[in-house]
Amino acid sequence: MAHAATAGHDHAHDHTPPFFQRWFNSTNHKDIGTLYLLFAFSAGIVGAFLSFGIRMEMEQPGLQYFSNPQTYNVFVTGHGLIMVFFMVMPALIGGFGNWFVPLMIGAPDMAFPRMNNISFWLTVAGFMSLACSLFVEGAPGADGAGTGWTVYPPLSTAGHPGPAVDFAIFALHLSGAGSILGAINFITTILNMRAPGMTLHKMPLFAWSMLVTAFLLLLSLPVLAGAITMLLTDRNFGTTFFDPAGGGDPILYQHLFWFFGHPEVYIMILPAFGIVSHIISTFSRKPVFGYLAMAYAMVAIGVVGFVVWAHHMYTVGLTLQTQSYFVFATMVIAVPTGVKIFSWIATMWGGSIRFTAAMHWAVGFVFLFTVGGVTGVILANAAVDRYLHDTYYVVAHFHYVLSLGAVFIIFAGVYYWFPKMTGRMIPEWAGKLHFWLAFIGANVLFFPMHFLGLAGMPRRYADYPDAFAGWHYVATMGGHIFALGMVVFVIGVVIAFRSKERAADNPWGEGATTLEWTLSSPPPFHQYETLPVIVDEPSHAH
Amino acid sequence: MGMARAQGRPAGRSFWGRAAALAATGLLGTATAATVANAAGVGQPVPWQMDLQRPVTEVATEIYNFHHLLNWIMLVIVLFVLALLIAVVVKFNEKKNPTPSRTTHNTMLEVAWTIVPVLILVAIAIPSFRVLRTQLSDPKADLMVKVIGHAWYWSYEYPQDVGGFKFDANLLEGEDQVKSGQPKLLATDNEMVVPVNKIVKIQVTAADVMHSWAMPSFGFKIDAIPGRLNQFWFKADREGTYHGQCSELCGQRHAYMPITVKVVSEQAFQAWTAEAKTKFARTDGGAKFADAR
Repeated sequence: MAHAATAGHDHAHDHTPPFFQRWFNSTNHKDIGTLYLLFAFSAGIVGAFLSFGIRMEMEQPGLQYFSNPQTYNVFVTGHGLIMVFFMVMPALIGGFGNWFVPLMIGAPDMAFPRMNNISFWLTVAGFMSLACSLFVEGAPGADGAGTGWTVYPPLSTAGHPGPAVDFAIFALHLSGAGSILGAINFITTILNMRAPGMTLHKMPLFAWSMLVTAFLLLLSLPVLAGAITMLLTDRNFGTTFFDPAGGGDPILYQHLFWFFGHPEVYIMILPAFGIVSHIISTFSRKPVFGYLAMAYAMVAIGVVGFVVWAHHMYTVGLTLQTQSYFVFATMVIAVPTGVKIFSWIATMWGGSIRFTAAMHWAVGFVFLFTVGGVTGVILANAAVDRYLHDTYYVVAHFHYVLSLGAVFIIFAGVYYWFPKMTGRMIPEWAGKLHFWLAFIGANVLFFPMHFLGLAGMPRRYADYPDAFAGWHYVATMGGHIFALGMVVFVIGVVIAFRSKERAADNPWGEGATTLEWTLSSPPPFHQYETLPVIVDEPSHAH
Repeated sequence: MGMARAQGRPAGRSFWGRAAALAATGLLGTATAATVANAAGVGQPVPWQMDLQRPVTEVATEIYNFHHLLNWIMLVIVLFVLALLIAVVVKFNEKKNPTPSRTTHNTMLEVAWTIVPVLILVAIAIPSFRVLRTQLSDPKADLMVKVIGHAWYWSYEYPQDVGGFKFDANLLEGEDQVKSGQPKLLATDNEMVVPVNKIVKIQVTAADVMHSWAMPSFGFKIDAIPGRLNQFWFKADREGTYHGQCSELCGQRHAYMPITVKVVSEQAFQAWTAEAKTKFARTDGGAKFADAR
């Protein structure tokens, strides 16, 4: 590491490039992180609009807003794809990952700044392709891809002759390529650019979580890319990988998809695990409990996450032995996850906790993620999944771990790092009010879905029998409460930018021990012109 | 028969099943749950239902009991975590505890919260595998029926030994549905009819895109996949009309291709097949699998 070379430059070097060059040709990890966060917020609005359409339709039985149920399927598909690939991943990985991995490990920037730029713009291009798919024909007589985010054939081949599915596939190709390049960037940065003295076992947990996430991306996304390329050739060039008429098999696609799809859910939640560890440690004014176990629990979750994929496929006709194996392997994941939950509680235990807005979100996350986790254990049992598969119980489960898991930590991260990123403070009352509206709203929205699933309500239904009406009505009311919380969030951000109050370099006090708090708020355009040296720092590993 | 076998299981297990059911419904905090579960709606969901549909096969009964056991265990875990979080919030806020401890390790505790979950999971896995084995066992069939998923209706083929006929089952809509007195979006114009207390095996495939044949009160769900023949069995121990719905996204009218099964006495089944033979199209040489491309 050539830290001597930077010593000759002075602070006059710290000028920002003109607007277009800064934001469109950016190679600065913080600017690219900001772009990712703004993009994720914009895509999140579109995804939320689609979910609003879904919830309005589900408020009552019968078709109220969608004259063609296929359009409802398109909304469900768009909501899933956008929230996974264009909201959660860009926010946690592209946004917070770009911003804070270099800051936390004491690196001046990412290893490949130009590749970082193309990663971002590929994601944007992917989103544009997905947006196009909404406005071209998919299934006969209806615009858009209504295949579900899983894009299973033959519905995505024979069932959707129009080009909408091709656009959706290109969307995944582009954003997937962007994510693979981003993963290479993170792995290289984390393995090679840590500050002198920062061994892997002294590295902050968020950097650990990003390292594991990047490996998951690198190993799983090429499999998705392969699967959807085969889908593309099945659709357009007469191959029959997934068509039994030519010796293919639709189940092959499901294996390939879920070999990617299951690691993908850990790709979405592991960065959140990293962030929540820092927030809890900071506001408890205590080092993270069991640091090494926390790091290696994430590694274990990542590794085991690759060998459990067929628990999404219990009803396709797998043999007893196959199902038994996947039941066993899936339940194993509960062990490292339990280690993390209990370690977060142990970090708080004995602490002197300040309940800031960010801490509200973090504690809420620990509880709600536990709820989503235990329903995951229930679903892991093929015997019970026989009943619950493809019902609203599954919808409830994955919204608890993602919407109330990953999304809660995205907001926790915003409230925690907003002062560092912008030099301004979101008023605490706004963050807390937002939390309570989101906490109550999301539970009212998603908890009744467990009941709907137990009663037998299938997923992805535009219309449903009258018996399900009650809980659907309650869920829609919860959705409105959650949406109100989003309004409070926007108000909080607006107040932050209009207020004259400026954030201190470290607004959170002695508990905030990671390197980003040693910099100014916001950090200089180029930081660590002299690399920080990590002495045998006791906060993490002793 | 199904009931007899259910009673033959170890007493401890059914006790746990019942205890878990009570605990689960009680702790969920609604008195209505118990009454709803005992209400008349067998074979279909009821308003404000919070529990699984009433089981009418041995497999479904096992799922029902095992789910309640799981629910009870999970409830204890969630309440334990919640209690710890509340304790943390109450005891370790900055007012109550101005000086934080520096404890970051406790080997005994860390071993405990690794080993105890492992033990809980093993305790879950044992009944889980037992129930799974029952589901995927392959008992000798008294009746075979072939089920084919189409966009967007189901068709059924009965073998030669009961008459060799096939028919489609479409959604019962509009006035027909109102007149039938059957629930909306759950009833079909023709029902699949099977005898009570007989092992019925169905072979499921699809003609176009994937579908999934699901019958909650039978604990039954199997995907209908073009080019594949999936097999599953049930033995309904109560006569009645049971409703299910397609459970694999299959396009525009996914929500409009329900499944209705009528479980009748052996005599009524004989009478139905005699009538069906003349009413429905004949299959030549027994049910064929010609539709499985």
